[in-house]
Amino acid sequence: MIKMGGRDTDIVLLDENGIRSDGRKINETRKVSITAGVLKNANGSAYIEFGENKILVGVYGPRDVHPKHLSDSDTGILRCRYHMAPFSVGERKNPAPSRREIEISKVIKEALEPAVMLKEFPRTAVDVFMEVLQADGGTRCAALTGASVALADAGIPMRDLVAGCAAGKAADTVILDVNNEEDQAGQADLPIGYMPNLEKITLLQLDGVLTPDEYKKCIEIGIDGCKQVYEIQKKALQDKYFSKGDND
Amino acid sequence: MGSSKIIDQLKKNQILELLKEGKRIDGRALDEVRELTIDVGVIPKAEGSARARLGDTEVVAGVKVQPERPFPDTGDQGMLICTAEILPIAHNDVETGPPGPPVVELARVTDRGIRESKMLDMKQLVLEKNKSVIGVFCDNAVTDHDGNLFDACSYATTAAINSCKIPKYEMKDDAPVKIENEFDKPPISTLPVSVTMAKIGDYIIVDPNFDEWSIMDARITITTNSDGNVVALQKGGQDGFTQDNLIKCAEISIRVGSKIRDIIKESSSGVN
Repeated sequence: MIKMGGRDTDIVLLDENGIRSDGRKINETRKVSITAGVLKNANGSAYIEFGENKILVGVYGPRDVHPKHLSDSDTGILRCRYHMAPFSVGERKNPAPSRREIEISKVIKEALEPAVMLKEFPRTAVDVFMEVLQADGGTRCAALTGASVALADAGIPMRDLVAGCAAGKAADTVILDVNNEEDQAGQADLPIGYMPNLEKITLLQLDGVLTPDEYKKCIEIGIDGCKQVYEIQKKALQDKYFSKGDND
Repeated sequence: MGSSKIIDQLKKNQILELLKEGKRIDGRALDEVRELTIDVGVIPKAEGSARARLGDTEVVAGVKVQPERPFPDTGDQGMLICTAEILPIAHNDVETGPPGPPVVELARVTDRGIRESKMLDMKQLVLEKNKSVIGVFCDNAVTDHDGNLFDACSYATTAAINSCKIPKYEMKDDAPVKIENEFDKPPISTLPVSVTMAKIGDYIIVDPNFDEWSIMDARITITTNSDGNVVALQKGGQDGFTQDNLIKCAEISIRVGSKIRDIIKESSSGVN
């Protein structure tokens, strides 16, 4: 019996030429495209496609805090809601927030907090709403990536952007940017959120088994993936704010 | 609210001053875990149980084992569900009611450590494929909160499952019937152990107590298995870690975790 650690599957996750089920090389991310400023009402917004993931992010604030007792006289607060649309996955998802979504909202909030200069806005809240319209593995990294761009688009002062990308293990090989198939049938998934200028990891989770060496390798290539994603984030902001009129 | 923030700031200053001299407020070394005692079999009506006391943090974990209808996509595997709740007797700040995000996270991190380590060989917990499987439910009740609930729940859960007994069933007319007083050992393949570290300033400390927990900048929980591999991980808190921090934290977790694994093994010696 072949024991790969993941679920039994007929899919070939990695062929003899080192090509993955969706045609990528082991250290290649999916195609990422980001558009900043896609919503009219939100103070900042972004639409991100991360492979087959499609996620819309809206930012409101700094604004009054309701309920009021949550407000803090020393600092602004960041609130994040990660939510999956019922039609975003194969079988309809119950629209009520699941425990998984509550946890992801929390880890994304804690991944963004180091980047956002909340002390500038005491007694206010900045609300980040991430709506997953279509999910295909790696939604938390994609949502985090989009959220950073939306926060920047809202003009919230930030120390850095946070870029997200997962590393993992499938077919006994360390791979970059785990897709849904690889997550289901693979051996490990290690999502990373990274601030490229401050060189700090602000989101990190893992499920699956990694040896200490594989763990190091995953963090290394994951950070590398985040740096690639960061370039696309910057481009999205440049496209919106600098490309019209003059081209420098 | 206002005054407690000032106290937290003063506390943080004091903790940081001590850390500069390599000391902690309770006298421990930076990589020293509080005293851990584990008693198994404390709830005879549960098929497995453990009380873990980590310093002044205490958790009671109970395992219930019962036949279940399998999930449609995993008819060839048993069922495993771990939960955690913080009881109102555990701390002045605990409120009753539906769990907030921190408690949801605690329960999910506890579950993930056990599940992802494949501690239990789920294929051995099938009564009849696609019809009936054995469900293992491990529920954690935090009874005393002095920080680092993640690790206390991890140790209690691992010890409770490791020392549990699986009732025997026979299939009669497509339904599982329990055979009284006959038990199997649980199909244990590895013992997952989490180690939580807090980052305070530039210092990394192991097993933060309540005071350290309340002022830390960020935390990381790393779960390792008996082979010394990393099986689950959770970062939390309002700051980040450098790449070097993460490598160092994994090394600490493997080293400290293996000592804790010995305590867990010791606690259930003689049971199975």
